[in-house]
Amino acid sequence: MKYLRWLVIIPYFCLATLPLCWLFLTSLKTQEAAISPTASLIPTTAENTAPGGLSFSATLDAYRKLATPHTGKAHAFFHYLFNSVIIGLLSTLASVVLGTGCAYGFSRFRIAGARDWLFFILSTRFLPPLAVVVPVLMMYRAFDLPNTHLGLILLYTAFNLSLAVWLMKGFIDEIPRAYEEAALVDGYSPLQAFYKIILPHSATGMAVTAVFCLISAWNEYGFALALNNAEAVTVPVYFAGLQGNIQGIPWPQIAAGVLIFVVPIVSFTVLVRNHLLRGVTFGTIKQ
Amino acid sequence: MPFLELQNLQKTYPDGTRAVRGIDLQVDQGEFIVLLGPSGCGKTTTLRMIAGLEDPTDGQITLDNQNVTHLPPSQRDVGFVFQFYALYPHMTVQKNIAFPLENIGTSPTDIEAAIDRVARALSIETLLNQYPRQLSGGDQQRVSLARAMVRTPDIYLMDEPLGTLDAEHRLELRAFIRRQQLSLSITAIYVTHDQEEAMSLADRIVVMDGGKIRQIGSPSEIYNHPADLFVANFVGSPGMNLLTGQIVQREDGLSFTHRDTDIHIPIHANTAPARVILGMRPEFIRPANRGIPGKVILSEYLGSHGYAHIDTPIGELIMRSTDRLTIGEKIHLHLNETHIRLFDPDTGTSLT
Repeated sequence: MKYLRWLVIIPYFCLATLPLCWLFLTSLKTQEAAISPTASLIPTTAENTAPGGLSFSATLDAYRKLATPHTGKAHAFFHYLFNSVIIGLLSTLASVVLGTGCAYGFSRFRIAGARDWLFFILSTRFLPPLAVVVPVLMMYRAFDLPNTHLGLILLYTAFNLSLAVWLMKGFIDEIPRAYEEAALVDGYSPLQAFYKIILPHSATGMAVTAVFCLISAWNEYGFALALNNAEAVTVPVYFAGLQGNIQGIPWPQIAAGVLIFVVPIVSFTVLVRNHLLRGVTFGTIKQ
Repeated sequence: MPFLELQNLQKTYPDGTRAVRGIDLQVDQGEFIVLLGPSGCGKTTTLRMIAGLEDPTDGQITLDNQNVTHLPPSQRDVGFVFQFYALYPHMTVQKNIAFPLENIGTSPTDIEAAIDRVARALSIETLLNQYPRQLSGGDQQRVSLARAMVRTPDIYLMDEPLGTLDAEHRLELRAFIRRQQLSLSITAIYVTHDQEEAMSLADRIVVMDGGKIRQIGSPSEIYNHPADLFVANFVGSPGMNLLTGQIVQREDGLSFTHRDTDIHIPIHANTAPARVILGMRPEFIRPANRGIPGKVILSEYLGSHGYAHIDTPIGELIMRSTDRLTIGEKIHLHLNETHIRLFDPDTGTSLT
């Protein structure tokens, strides 16, 4: 059993990390080495390496170039990364806050047609998001929302909210009511009970929900492309835009940028991984 | 003016279940009231309505001269002990006990003193820095009691607090609850389905069934003069012996008899000849030289005493006995006539 486990884990680990390794190697190459028809795998510090060999001269040029605007682009890479961070974090925050509040309401209060409302909320995910690009664009024009950070934040929140409500409802349903009731008879108002009892117990659910919302907002491409051409351009759109470059596609820079781009999401997931793995820790009420 | 008064209290759940069907109860300051009944009798719902955790469908609750019927729990000043403890899992024992004091502006030194006092009384001083999940069930319920008793609320409400504990903890905490309640003379409403617990704790017992009150009275009233067949059978372990028969007029007065037998039990009550159910507690039946003939079919030995099931021509009787009887033994039984209770077989209500 023990060996069987490694038999699965090791191939999967290789499969999952191979693209990242390739990205890392490419980010160290020069443009010429990157587009060379033979694969050079070993980075060296040697100044000149023979083209077509197994080793190549490693350079951090690609990373340095990220700090300056690329030919034909208004801003440097970090400007677009900042856009992604702002839009991703704020839309995630909004989804989790609104989703938790909404889920608490559905979980704890009698709401007329609650099941129908929940189905309706879920049904907003039935349609592929890109199917509504045109109507959304028209609505946004009426409110001057294209090309703004707020536009994308609102949109990602709207798309992620259904997931947030359903996930959080599942978590809040698991919290025994007796905890809140104990807080009520201990002299606390329902709002205080929510704040002091429900929120601490929802932390796991909120972490899970935040990871999902952040990943979806972070990687979104279609709407970010359709709604923006200047101000709130995110990293995925920026990289795609580099492909029409007159000097050829700058692979080393794209590779360096992508590596930097995955850092926040990986570190965020690592930060909340204890919550993700902990699962249900409240087991002190026997039901 | 009673301290707590329930008037025609009713609760119908949205699914149509009528959990409580009109309850009237008056409780004096400092009284210990036990709501006793089988599961589903509405006792817990009644308690939760007094706490404010359920909104009554109809009726009125008056607590300390204030109509609290629809007030939220936080405005009632109650101390509630839950059956399943309901300790806050993310707080230490100390934080749990401090929680009811924290939002009423108690100073930290006073909170510490109050925790110290209640923790000592319940001998949980060594557990203060632990989390609820690290504690045994008995210790969790101690902490839960400490949390309810760290304040001096108007009224203690306890929902089967000892129901999940083992026998040893149950007896110990039962005594603690009663001592604490007596020393602070705080009014208490206590819910249980354990009639022994009810008898040992209560000033007055309220026997409930089917959302209604069957009888209110002191433990001895409930035990010796049950108002109906339900109470006669539910209170006492084992319950009252119940024999169906009729009262007939004989030369020497009224007597109870069973249709197919010539056994006659003299009746001294002021009643008329009729079909009745005769009730008799097991401890008022004794072996005798003559009387009702019977055969031992089961003998339960409990240490200080035992119970023998006796098959007789008028039905099976359970007799309390200090001697061990052997199965199959033929004996005669004598029923203590002053402890005979008669019930109407149609309505179930007491005739004596």
